[in-house]
Amino acid sequence: MPTACEDEKGKAMKKLEIYDPAMCCSTGVCGPEVDPVLVTFAADLKWLAERGVSVQRYNLGQDPQAFAANPAVLREMEAGMDRLPIIVLDGHIVSTGVYPSRDQLTRKLGLPNEEPPREKASSCCSPKSGCCG
Amino acid sequence: MTLPTVGTRTLFFTGKGGVGKTSLSCATGLALVHSGKRVLIVSTDPASNLDEVLGTPLTGAPTPIADAPGLYALNIDPEVAARDYRERVVGPYRGVLPAAAIASMEEQFSGACTVEIAAFDAFAKLLGDPSATIGFDHIIFDTAPTGHTLRLLTLPSAWTDFIASSTGGASCLGPLAGLEKQKALYAATVTRLSDPAATTVILVSRAERSSLREAERTRGELVELGVTNLRLALNGMFTAIAPGDAVADALTARGRDAVAAMPVGLARLPRTETPFLPRGTVGLEALRDMVRSKAGDVPAASPVKLGALPPDLESLVADIAKVGRGVIMTMGKGGVGKTTVAASIAMSLARRGHRVTLSTTDPAAHVVDAVGEDVPGLTVTRIDPEQEIANYRTEVLAKAGVGLDAAGRAMLEEDLRSPCTEEIAVFRAFADTVDEGRDQFVVLDTAPTGHTILLLDAAEAYHREVLRSELDMPDAVRNLLPRLRDPVFTKTIIVTLAEATPVHEAERLQHDLARAGISPFAWVINQSLLASGTRDPQLAERGRYEIPFIDRVASACRTVLIAWKA
Repeated sequence: MPTACEDEKGKAMKKLEIYDPAMCCSTGVCGPEVDPVLVTFAADLKWLAERGVSVQRYNLGQDPQAFAANPAVLREMEAGMDRLPIIVLDGHIVSTGVYPSRDQLTRKLGLPNEEPPREKASSCCSPKSGCCG
Repeated sequence: MTLPTVGTRTLFFTGKGGVGKTSLSCATGLALVHSGKRVLIVSTDPASNLDEVLGTPLTGAPTPIADAPGLYALNIDPEVAARDYRERVVGPYRGVLPAAAIASMEEQFSGACTVEIAAFDAFAKLLGDPSATIGFDHIIFDTAPTGHTLRLLTLPSAWTDFIASSTGGASCLGPLAGLEKQKALYAATVTRLSDPAATTVILVSRAERSSLREAERTRGELVELGVTNLRLALNGMFTAIAPGDAVADALTARGRDAVAAMPVGLARLPRTETPFLPRGTVGLEALRDMVRSKAGDVPAASPVKLGALPPDLESLVADIAKVGRGVIMTMGKGGVGKTTVAASIAMSLARRGHRVTLSTTDPAAHVVDAVGEDVPGLTVTRIDPEQEIANYRTEVLAKAGVGLDAAGRAMLEEDLRSPCTEEIAVFRAFADTVDEGRDQFVVLDTAPTGHTILLLDAAEAYHREVLRSELDMPDAVRNLLPRLRDPVFTKTIIVTLAEATPVHEAERLQHDLARAGISPFAWVINQSLLASGTRDPQLAERGRYEIPFIDRVASACRTVLIAWKA
């Protein structure tokens, strides 16, 4: 009997977890300057979720428990806070310190990239877009 | 009737700063305990003087007031509430997460938005959770100055909306991660506010046009929010005992005319009038006079021996004019006449041939009215939060929305509905206005104290953010705090009245400014009856009462005294 984690083909659903630095909101619009990379990344995750990927985001400012509970993530943070964001795919760290593009994400996940390539958002920004908080 | 009748368990006193909300709240509470009730008075104003008026140091828990059995008060200090909130979230992870992670978490909880929300959270607990105030017959909220009060009052419905409609995982609830869990509490708060059997809102006003206009604006907004159980309390009604004194006659006529011309919506409300009290309303004795509606014994007018009074505003403007450009900020509690002082300085600079922009961040101000005439070289502008938010949203959507698919764009638009957006939008507009001071004069009639401090706090938080950020920051934002701290570029003028509460509040403001690295250029004591030359016994009594406060201010800082004018 398939579990909740399996799709109708019986293949295990991919699980993507993102450990974000402390920030107000996942699109970063609360920061002093909006970071287009964050906005694009949030949209890409939504797109992946619609294609059956289980996506979970943890914000250091709001979900510290998730960071504390993951020894591999903790080790990375001890090495330096610039390792955030940490992207974990099915329990394995696949990327640190950067928000991957939709292209990179689909490749890591082994999904076909069915979308036409989009205009690339200019990236002059660190993910440390802060918060009004 | 001199004090509002109390028919509900919860009462709110709201009104422009300085109209006497705290005094009326306390006098009403005192009248209730005299009739055997147990009463809790609550202040949520960051610049509260409830403890001063009641003569008892207060905390965040109900404190009994000595000499008034049955009367309790508490002060929600938003900064303390924010600190407590921060510690609740961050505390458990000290020693678990790396120190750098703890520091970055703390930073997320250090800005104005957290302070605002934490204060609201504390407020909602009292209003929305009956068990928090069990054992009291009445809860009286001595609310914060108007703009702040309104934000506090509008937040519940705004946030309930926001939480209800927030789909997807992108909801930007800001630093209050636990907000969603509070949904039931906020819903209860909204219900309580708009239930006429549970809550009365008393609009406090002076018998002055601007104060009544402000009360009318608040009335409209409250009705729109579904809050309909409203009362009007006219405070400090002055009537000259005998005609013949120019100042007393003008004051009497002004009050009478203002009440006669009151907006219809206000005039229809049940109304109480509290008389002018020459000795102020600080301390239980003065409050009891207020309850008894007794002006106190006014001694026969004895000649006041006037020492050398501080100089008038022109001496100050002459010095400011020498630099030829820069920013002048008038700061102080609402109701002390910041707008009038800012307008006077701006007009005087313009008449001296300088190019001047007079601008306000206070939605309640009527700068244009204060100027009243066209002065060549003088431009009047206003930072309108709603307009600024709209501009900011458009700008962000144009910049960050490019290349997003429909779903991504919808998500971005949703995040832009966050309550944090207003703070950011207003902040940026403020920075732009200050920037104009590079090549001309900019006179800023700043928002009431509480909000101004939040604004400066935001400046500090942003400054840190800007320094470590590699983002493409506008120069105006990058330069804001250094400019505000530069005494040549920015001249901060603290406006006060020669009365206990305004002076103490101005001293607190000065202290807060010092924390932000800003020291005032001068103090302006406004609306002085002592300097007005009045011989009316009640007003002369009030004038004598000003002397120690004028001395106190003048001995500490450069001081200007402006006589009361009709």
